[in-house]
Amino acid sequence: MPDQLIFGMEVFLNGLMAGVLYALVALGFVLIYKASGIFNYAQGVMALFSALTLVGIMEGQIPFAHLINAIFGTELHHFGWHVPGILAIVLTMAVMVLLAICVQKFVFRHLVGQEPIILFMATIGLAYFLEGVGDLMWGSEIKKLDVGLPQGINLAIDETTFGWFGYGFFIDNLDIVATIIAALLVAVLVIFAQYTKQGRAMRAVADDHQAALSVGVSLNFIWVMVWSVAGFVALVAGIMWGTKSGVQFSLSLIALKALPVLMLGGFTSIPGAIVGGLIIGVGEKLFEFAIGPLVGGATENWFAYVLALIFLVFRPQGLFGEKIIERV
Amino acid sequence: MKLKLATLALGATMAAAPVMADLVFPSLSYRTGPFAAGGIPFADGYADYFTLLNERDGGIGGEMASVPECETAYNTEKGVECYEATKDSGALIYQPLSTGITYQLIPKVTADGIPLHTMGYGRTSAKNGKVFSHVFNYPVNYWDGASVGVNHFMKQAGGSLEGKKITLLHFNGAYGREPIPTLEALSAKHGFDFNAIPIDYPGQEQKSQWLQIRRERPDFILFWGWGVMNQVAVQEAANIRFPMENFMGIWWSGSENDVIPAGDGANGYKSLQFHNVGNDFPVFDDIQKYVVDAGKAAGAGDQVGTVLYNRGVYAAFLAAEAAKQAQAANGTSAIDASMMRDAMESLEITAATMEAAGLPGFGPEFKVSCENHGGDGLAAVGQWDAASQSWSLISDFEPSDGSVIGPLVDADSAAYAEENKVAMSCN
Repeated sequence: MPDQLIFGMEVFLNGLMAGVLYALVALGFVLIYKASGIFNYAQGVMALFSALTLVGIMEGQIPFAHLINAIFGTELHHFGWHVPGILAIVLTMAVMVLLAICVQKFVFRHLVGQEPIILFMATIGLAYFLEGVGDLMWGSEIKKLDVGLPQGINLAIDETTFGWFGYGFFIDNLDIVATIIAALLVAVLVIFAQYTKQGRAMRAVADDHQAALSVGVSLNFIWVMVWSVAGFVALVAGIMWGTKSGVQFSLSLIALKALPVLMLGGFTSIPGAIVGGLIIGVGEKLFEFAIGPLVGGATENWFAYVLALIFLVFRPQGLFGEKIIERV
Repeated sequence: MKLKLATLALGATMAAAPVMADLVFPSLSYRTGPFAAGGIPFADGYADYFTLLNERDGGIGGEMASVPECETAYNTEKGVECYEATKDSGALIYQPLSTGITYQLIPKVTADGIPLHTMGYGRTSAKNGKVFSHVFNYPVNYWDGASVGVNHFMKQAGGSLEGKKITLLHFNGAYGREPIPTLEALSAKHGFDFNAIPIDYPGQEQKSQWLQIRRERPDFILFWGWGVMNQVAVQEAANIRFPMENFMGIWWSGSENDVIPAGDGANGYKSLQFHNVGNDFPVFDDIQKYVVDAGKAAGAGDQVGTVLYNRGVYAAFLAAEAAKQAQAANGTSAIDASMMRDAMESLEITAATMEAAGLPGFGPEFKVSCENHGGDGLAAVGQWDAASQSWSLISDFEPSDGSVIGPLVDADSAAYAEENKVAMSCN
């Protein structure tokens, strides 16, 4: 088999894995948009905030320590204990639920019925607020995140493919774990949306919130629930990306990777986010592999958007988005 | 009500503005945004050193130093706004810690007569003071870094790079592309294969680049990154089991921040440095005593001795030494930007200067002149030890290849002079 084909297969597989990580971020956007029509600009910052909180809890860091020390002249930094990863994830999730309640109570409850652009602007404010609070609570230094996920080359795949092709494929163990977790997450979300009372209520609100209200669905509860689920998805994305690069403020920029995925997959479809992520991941990696060297490389950022735009020419609502027909 | 507001506004202005008699060293810092983890320790070190001089020595030559901070968030537009907002405060020198901001400020500082010091960053050919009268990039620049890195690899390879392959993995922007001409010239001179692999901002996803490296198997990698790009690159190198002793970052890719997230996998990673590392220097004892323990630290006081904190201290030390020399040369303690520029152009940093400042052997000795605003181009190689979580220098401060870099500096600065109608001269 020609070397270029073998290398291309390796790139393809890595593109799929990268696509899963993009889809994890995109999923959070989809959930909130689907249920409330809000494009949540703060989704990337939510991933950052959740990862910061997770590391802070694991390390026993005292929240707002710098602020407390500056005001009271104390020297507080740590509680002196370490919290196991699983327990810290549960506690972080509790914080994200609390955040969802606050967001609903103090921001969006007062904006019901407003134009989408107003809601979007509110999420921009939320993003800056959360970034600032995250800094005050946990500090801005880069933190190592280790919840026990494996990292590095998967030796079994390396050896197997070496046996087949005389070249061992590189697949990162973390990417494999991310793929499994993303698959489970999507399955759970689909089951939740299709087969549970709350899930059906969420879909009802998404279709027509006034009609849902009229049959007794609590908008407040549904929106808190959706923001909590989006918070959970943000936490999963924050763990995956934070494990790769350490937890730091640039983590919020992962949202940039989700935008072409959303354009391609549609803003309202959970499978769309996954398929869109995979297409973007594979597309950008293969383009970089085949064409990148001819044009100086670093094509991935712009190519992802070009690919999404090409799809939009043929399907403006995205691959799985709902087609909106307005009759005059 | 209006009177109250006016009084409050006046009070706030008075509190924020430096006392005009102070020596003003504005700090264009970035404590927020994606690059804050690098910007904070530098800004802390810069401010703390001047606080030390104020608290311990009563200022510089009897004049108190003031360090008004302006937040740029590493954003070029904000950096220029900060410059415009602070330049009339009696600013003696600017050190923006950003190549993007530097490029925008070069014509502005030249017109305003304020010196700009871009230590180990910015426009490399600013080394030519005949063209860049107000820009200084001592003690070292990117091209020196590329040359010192190649020299180190050559020693490591047994004295020859013939037939070896060196890859430059770099930020896809002006900063990251800076060393390419030098590496191409060095490739021709030493007979190694050279290729460059760019990474787009912010660099959180580098799978394509590292798969390419894994396929092409270069012998050595030089790395020009900043921010999250650094941590991801070190992690990916560990993932593909690239030998860390053959992977070397520029000084902006060689702090604790860059290696700690990768854990043991980062062990052996190298980085160029143009100042020493660790806190085993008398100045840090004084900073602890007069600044941190006294509650006057710019930050939380927990960064003392880290690589980027040390860089901030070193930047402030070089500025303070230039101010002292300006005071001595002009017979007055109340110097202005013009005197500061002249002093920077004749600055000499010796072992004795560093010793006197509590920084023995902290950086290279060098001398600045009109023809050479970049010093002598000496850099050292540092290596990360994951077990002790510390950097250490594994070489002396060694020179770059002037025979390659000199002509490149001349050519690039001449092109700038022609494009911007600058008459080359030494006053």
